[in-house]
Amino acid sequence: MSKKLLLDKIGIEGIKGFEVYRREGGYKSVEKAFKMQPNDIVEEVKKSGLRGRGGAGFPTGMKWSFLAKPEGVARYLVCNADESEPGTFKDRYLMEFIPHLLIEGMIVSSYTLGSKISYIYIRGEYDWITDILENAIEEARQNGFLGKNILDSGFDCEIYVHRGAGAYICGEETALLESLEGKRGLPRIKPPFPAVKGVWGSPTVVNNVETIAAIVPIINEGGEAYSKIGVGRSTGTKLISACGNINKPGVYEIDMTISVEEFIFSDEYCGGIPNGKRLKACIPGGSSVPILPANLLLKTAKGETRLMNYESLADGGFVTGSMMGSGGFIVLDEDQCVVRHTLTLARFYHHESCGQCSPCREGTGWMEKVFTKIENGKGEMKDIDLLWDIQRKIEGNTICPLGDAAAWPVAAAIRHFRDEFEWHVLNPEECLKRNYGLAHYADELQAPVTA
Amino acid sequence: MAEEIKKEPPANFKITIDNITIEVPPGTTILNAARMIGPEVAPPAMCYYSKLKDSGGKCRTCLVEVAAGSTADPRPMPKLVASCRTNVMDGMVVKNVTSEKTLDARKGVVEFLLINHPLDCPICDQAGECHLQDLSYEHGVVQTRYEFKRRAFVREDIGPYIQLHMTRCILCYRCVYVADQLTDNRVHGILDRGDHSDISTYISKAIENDFSGNMIDVCPVGALTDRTFRFKNRVWFLKPMDAHRDCDKCCGKVTLWNRGDEVYRVTTRKDQWGEVQNDENGKPMWICNNCRFDKKQTSDWVIEKPTSINRHSVISANHYQVKVMPHDPLDKLLNGRSPLLLMDIHEESKVNQQDVHLDELFGPATGKTFNGEPLATGHNVTDIKEGVGANTQGTDSTNPGTH
Repeated sequence: MSKKLLLDKIGIEGIKGFEVYRREGGYKSVEKAFKMQPNDIVEEVKKSGLRGRGGAGFPTGMKWSFLAKPEGVARYLVCNADESEPGTFKDRYLMEFIPHLLIEGMIVSSYTLGSKISYIYIRGEYDWITDILENAIEEARQNGFLGKNILDSGFDCEIYVHRGAGAYICGEETALLESLEGKRGLPRIKPPFPAVKGVWGSPTVVNNVETIAAIVPIINEGGEAYSKIGVGRSTGTKLISACGNINKPGVYEIDMTISVEEFIFSDEYCGGIPNGKRLKACIPGGSSVPILPANLLLKTAKGETRLMNYESLADGGFVTGSMMGSGGFIVLDEDQCVVRHTLTLARFYHHESCGQCSPCREGTGWMEKVFTKIENGKGEMKDIDLLWDIQRKIEGNTICPLGDAAAWPVAAAIRHFRDEFEWHVLNPEECLKRNYGLAHYADELQAPVTA
Repeated sequence: MAEEIKKEPPANFKITIDNITIEVPPGTTILNAARMIGPEVAPPAMCYYSKLKDSGGKCRTCLVEVAAGSTADPRPMPKLVASCRTNVMDGMVVKNVTSEKTLDARKGVVEFLLINHPLDCPICDQAGECHLQDLSYEHGVVQTRYEFKRRAFVREDIGPYIQLHMTRCILCYRCVYVADQLTDNRVHGILDRGDHSDISTYISKAIENDFSGNMIDVCPVGALTDRTFRFKNRVWFLKPMDAHRDCDKCCGKVTLWNRGDEVYRVTTRKDQWGEVQNDENGKPMWICNNCRFDKKQTSDWVIEKPTSINRHSVISANHYQVKVMPHDPLDKLLNGRSPLLLMDIHEESKVNQQDVHLDELFGPATGKTFNGEPLATGHNVTDIKEGVGANTQGTDSTNPGTH
């Protein structure tokens, strides 16, 4: 059983409330942090090696140290709780069942960054969680952890929960800031980065819910101790929301030392695939990251066992690897059709494209139409090449990463499952009745001979 | 120490675009630096409009490759950057038309912009001065790979002067910036999102503002057209002339688009990038709706000179630059045939009879006057009646030979 830092107290009855949370050692990190200098806390976070849990995996300590600190200008901390990536629901779990952990992390982070007004931007669909968070904030305020002069430190802090209106794009940090300001949620053109010019034109740090929650154990146990958990540059613990064809879907906290195989098949985690089916493919980090066939998922192209951490999942780049992403682990068994699955994602990105820049606005819709054509048995061989060309022209040419997020799943599906696409084209009637099945996607790969 | 360095007047930055080096002040964008060099290296821009703050970055046609970030950090930038929103650094090396990557991406962007565009240029008022048309000629492909239904919208009149044809829109947001920055109250904007985004006033509100007409000028395509000019003429038949009048609302300096003596439309004066020109104080010469829509008499204006139009533009075709008189192509076209249609009609109606001397007529000439009657002074009513009768009975009598 791996070490748990975030969800260790999740089973305790009443942990949602302030009383129990405090009794179990909650808000200790606030007391500890307020005795430290903000710069020391940043150093501590840097030492911990904590990487952003929202998807990109950027080192949090670095991000914090980039924050511009001009005299007389307010700074802001914004918590990104607009968790809209298909397959990702770890933040919901955290906020719903242990909301004070997030509030505690928010207070410590706000103190570190000097943010007197901090925001939690939560996706509109999580409306019941808004109440839970506001409740927690109110409890924290009544107990002196928020408001004026917290714990006689002279530091004032308020946290506001802001509900989005249900747009995926508002999870992109600059679109989130626009939306927070009350405008259309369109990504801003960077530079300037939020660390220089963020919300209300002031320096801003935007962090994921899990990242902010992870600040609490870092302060409590020290950055050094935190960095010892995990492997290499993947330190600490990571929440994985597992879903799809598995026996035990849910949110798991892992310490990034276990293998993908263990994660899927051990009873402690996903518990294997139901009905005796075989594993066909998996998206390891939320819908935007490349899909991998079973053989490349369990072993890297070099023949090493693939581990559940940032480096190992990304081993082989996009050619034979994937990404840790936000930790939305989607498992597909042999009965799933990759074409249909990718169509679903293409439809999602078409629907969620903000329409600001042309490649993503026009390209996502086009890809969805071509996918629909192939899925309905009307595809031609040239359509597969067309899809490849469209995604290639979207990727990297857009303002925000949504364009890349729309292009990568398509690219990976064609790269690894081209046979299945071609089978759809060559068997236009059969593909409406049955799926391609597992085929060779779980076959042992020949490890390349190294000289 | 660091602050002292900052306070010094910044030296010019050296930037190399397509192997041409130029010095520009810091804070210049790559696109503007390229425009300083000339149109050969300037990337196309569909959404960027230098006179509108915050515009640009959206259409992605101006993407360029940065081969070296700066002298201090000569690493290339990993992605293509939008040149309209990226500032130059000292020692930056940019590749525009010399970069395969750029041209490939640009071709992709043009294709994306065109897949939902109706391509109704033959009936579009913008044809001839449409930036999307120019862009497609230069960077597009001959055939589309898009085989699905294009999105379409219903045409909408937004106010008495402007028609919105959303189907043609490429969502550059320029008109939104015009409304934000030139008028005191923006009543239109983007509704919905993605490829079904719609520029509209909410619930068909009319745009009534003194400067709303400038939205038409900034629109790079035919999405916003002048209702007073709709289907009146093609721009390449019109002769643009710089003109001015005293206006208490705007600068009053405009381009008149005439055919003969008739003013077909009035627009702002545009520079070589299709943007409104600046006056001598560097202020953009936007014009008010009064000048644009209500002053359609040549007598309202003081005409200065013919507007100089880029000779590559279709608008300049056959205007002002004729050095040799063109020969009359009619003989060659008819190829020895005698002209039929028009001439015959004239013969039929006898309107052109040269032997009818109008000065000999008693009263005003009518159609009947020419109907085969040898004209003498004081002919009576019955003569004319008989003439009509003769005409209806047979065509022989109408033959000029009978005279």
